[in-house]
This record gives sequence, structure tokens and C-alpha cells, in this order.
Amino acid sequence: MAKGVWIVAEQRDGALRKVSFELASTARKLADQLGEEVGAVLCGSGIEALAAALGKYGVDKVFVADSPALEPYTTDAHATAVAKVVKENDPSILLVGASAQGKDLSAALVGKLATGMATDCTDVKIADGKLLAIRPMYAGKCFGEVVVTGTPQMASLRPNVFTIVENAKAAAIVKFDAGLGEPKTKVLEVQKEAAGKIDVAEANVIVSGGRGVKGPEGFGILEELAAVLGAAVGASRAAVDAGWRAQIDQVGQTGKVVSPNLYIACGISGAIQHLAGMSSSKYIVAVNKDAEAPIFARADYGVVDDLFKVVPAFTGEVKKLLA
Amino acid sequence: MNIVACVKQVPDTEAQIKVKADGSGIEEGGIKWVMNPYDEYGVEEALRLKEKFGGEVTVVCVGPARTMETIRTALAMGADKGIQIDDPALYNADAYATATALAAAVKSAPYDIIFCGQRAIDDDSGQVGSILAELLGIPGVTFATKLEIDGQKVKAVRPIEGAQLVIETSLPCVITATKGLNEPRYASLPGIMKAKKKPVDMKTAAALGVAAESKSKVAKFTPPPARPPGKIICADDTPEGKAAELAKLLREEAKVI
Repeated sequence: MAKGVWIVAEQRDGALRKVSFELASTARKLADQLGEEVGAVLCGSGIEALAAALGKYGVDKVFVADSPALEPYTTDAHATAVAKVVKENDPSILLVGASAQGKDLSAALVGKLATGMATDCTDVKIADGKLLAIRPMYAGKCFGEVVVTGTPQMASLRPNVFTIVENAKAAAIVKFDAGLGEPKTKVLEVQKEAAGKIDVAEANVIVSGGRGVKGPEGFGILEELAAVLGAAVGASRAAVDAGWRAQIDQVGQTGKVVSPNLYIACGISGAIQHLAGMSSSKYIVAVNKDAEAPIFARADYGVVDDLFKVVPAFTGEVKKLLA
Repeated sequence: MNIVACVKQVPDTEAQIKVKADGSGIEEGGIKWVMNPYDEYGVEEALRLKEKFGGEVTVVCVGPARTMETIRTALAMGADKGIQIDDPALYNADAYATATALAAAVKSAPYDIIFCGQRAIDDDSGQVGSILAELLGIPGVTFATKLEIDGQKVKAVRPIEGAQLVIETSLPCVITATKGLNEPRYASLPGIMKAKKKPVDMKTAAALGVAAESKSKVAKFTPPPARPPGKIICADDTPEGKAAELAKLLREEAKVI
């Protein structure tokens, strides 16, 4: 019978990504309830030394595939490697991060393992010995409680939502052969964006702008606030469609669905599709001139005023507080 | 070139979603149904490839009778024929069962490239394109924002956190489309007229020889957790005063800065 709660650890450029620790901590919690072990799969090149760090967050065993063919990440190579070790060891639960890479990998794994998966979950628990995954649907307009009848029971976890808990284990290392064939895809180039830019999907704090920002140059004061807060800058569909901001920064039903600790909506009226994409944020601040804007119905703190006056003043106040 | 575009019909982005009282699903009454926005990018890219290389575009859709409207929309945009897989056994199908049905339909004719949206904006599951690629045993590239085809070679750009990857693969393959790939066209009036006469093949799961067995299910739908009412900050009437009060509340009450 399938046994063990497993995660796929995500690393990039030789460093584990934060979502890996969120996965490990969550898997530990589930495994303790089931009385099972936590396993992690780690794929890449020259990454064996990263395995110990997973032990710190409760991983009992790390299955490592170390090969130049696994760097950089391709769907093809990583899905082949992970599917192989999963089939050989038959875990009952497999958790993957719902990051860009994790979404790609996990969906391919569903195909290779012929199972089911709850995508982008915001909570997971054990009910009657089985995984119960809670996930937003319709970009958060409703939620679904998902059970997976296939094996392993797969879920991808939304980054930045699950708590990281230290729980040191020795983390035994088990090397395995990835069993790769001729590669079907390769990465020709990685075009990195400016260093220090935080992706909205992974940010703790997002400063977001909409039509009320009035143009690309209006985002300057949002960038300044974001820099002080260590925040990502997001945008509404209106701002993206107007060409003021890049598509990857769009928050909403046809963009990214986000759950930061703090979401500061500036000049965003709050179309249903935008509200859906950010309503699971812990705290929402809205700054808008129009007191009737729907965004205020979702905001914990609302400021009815000109954002071009409020935002710079607020940036100054935050600077004072953080000094 | 034989091009396939998979489409799904979903509630419009402006739709309010109400959960049925017994949590078994959502209330469908009054919903305006549209083509999944991400699938529109797939259909558009399929049409552009046809315009460049010649060939035929087939749209495939899994869903009940109402989805014919979405198939006709794709035909009106310029696709040549459709396949509608309408089977009650697939109405609440998960990604795996849906992809199984799509794979069976796609396999019935030659194909060079298959487009899907990167996710459907109803169940937000984002798995079908990748599973389809696995079931067909061909490469898949997800979240494409740029696509170039040269002979059998395929070059795609896909964003990840903080970078853009340029990925190379070969035909046949599955591409999942996202915003940025193109600007989908609107159906023209002559297009709409012509679409009425284009052939649409009707299939059931049994006719395709698939079991339609889901590997996961939504046991219960719930409304989103209610948010407590917020406060409007009006410490004094100046923007500076409001900004100071906001900073204080975020620091001392919410403890988020």
C-alpha cells in the first residue's frame, strides 16, 4: 500500500527556493498525523549538499538525482526523474509548489503517474486517513474541498501561504538514477530580469496600481513605496491592457491569483475579476478617490483621497517607522 | 499543417459565482458563458500558423450542449472544423479524464501542433495541456508568450519568476497559451455566417473508447470566507494625515509593516 508523504523540492541556480521549506513543513505535519515518513525528491546538478537543509524542516529522506542533464530545469527531464522515483517508492501523498516551475512539473507528473491533483491549494489536511485539499476556484470566487482518488494523492501548494516550521531530522540521502532518455526539450537561454525584482506570486507585500495611476509614469511612486516595503509591484487588467505594465505583473482572474500578507491597491476600482485575484490577501488597503469604488468593500483599511498625494506621504511615514 | 486548438467554455470573468446550498456545485442560472480567455490565445495562434503555413485548424471541446456556441465562436474566428465531446460521464470530469478524452479525439486524425490555454478560469486547475502531452507522448511547453516555428523546430518563450526562458522543442508538441502570445481577433460577420456551415463532429466518451475515469473530485464547494468590515481612515482631512494614520494602523494593529 502506498505510504509516505513526499514533496518535490525546488531549487534554482543551486539554492533551494523558499517554497521547498513550506512544502517540507506541511508534509511533516501531514506525515505526523498519518504516522508516516516525509520524503523529498531533489533534482539538479551538483545539488547534493542542499539535501541536509531539507532535514531542518522535517524531511526524513531525500531522494537525489544529480546529473548535468537536470540543469537547467526542463519539464521533460524533471518529470521523468520524479515520476521514476515516485513509482519505485509508492508514496501516498505528493506535494509540489505551485510556483511557475512547480505548476509545469506537477501537471506533467499527473499525466505520467495517471493520478489526480488539487492545484494551488491554500490549505491541506488529513481527513479519514486521506488528503483533503482546500483550494480557491474561479480565482477565489468560491473554494473547493478536493479529494484525490488516484495514487499518489497530489496537491500543489500556493507559495507564501503555508508556514515554515523547523523540525530537525537527520535527512538520509538516497541517490537515484534519473533514467533520462534523449531530451525532448532544452532551454536555449535564460533571460533574467533586473536583480531584486520580486514576483507578485511570491511577494509578502504587493503594491498594485490600476487605471487611477493614469499612466506608466504614475507607477513611479508605487515603485518607491514598494522599494521601502520590499514589495512587488502588481497591476490591474486595465493597467496591463493599456500597456503601462508587463503582463506577468497582472493580478486577477486572467492574471495571477495572489495571497500576500499585505495588498495595497492604488487607483484600482475593484472589478469582480480583480477582487477575485486578491481577496485572499491577509490585509487589504485601498487608496482611491472614488468613495463608491467596490474595492472599499473588500479593504481592511480604506483611504478615500488622491493617490498621488497619499502614496508619497505614506512612503515617507513608512520610512520613518522602519528607520 | 494540422493544427488542433482545445477550447473550454467558462463563466465570463465578470460573473458572480454562487455556490449551491448543498455545496455540490455552482448555480449556473444567469451565467454568461464565454470561451476561456486563455484558449482564445491558443485559437488565435492556431489561425496565425494556418495563415503562415497553410493547413487546417480543428477545435476540440469537452462539455455539454451549450458549448457548441464556443465551438462556433472558434469556427467564426477562422477554424475549419470542430469536435464536440458531449457525454454526461464527463460533465464533472477532472483534468485527467478530460485530457484522456481530448487525447482520444486528437489521435483520430493527424496532428502537428496542439494548443490549450494555460488554465481554464473556472476550475483554475492548469493541468489539461500537460497531461495531454504526456498521454500523446509528445513534448509540451506551458505558459507560452512567444512562439516561432521553423520546419520541425519550435522555439517558445515562457516566463518564470524573475526570468524568461527560451525553450526549444520539436513538432509535434502541445503548447499552452497565456496572455502576451497574441491579440485574439474578433469573429467577422462573414466569419459568423460561414461558421454555421462548418462541420462539427459529435462524440461521446464511449465512441472515443475512453473510460472517463476522474482521479480527483471536488467533494464540496464553499463560498469564500467572509472578510470582516474594514475601516475608512479619516484621521484628519489631509492626505498626509490619512497616510500617517494608515502607517500607524498597519504597524500597530495589523502588524504587517
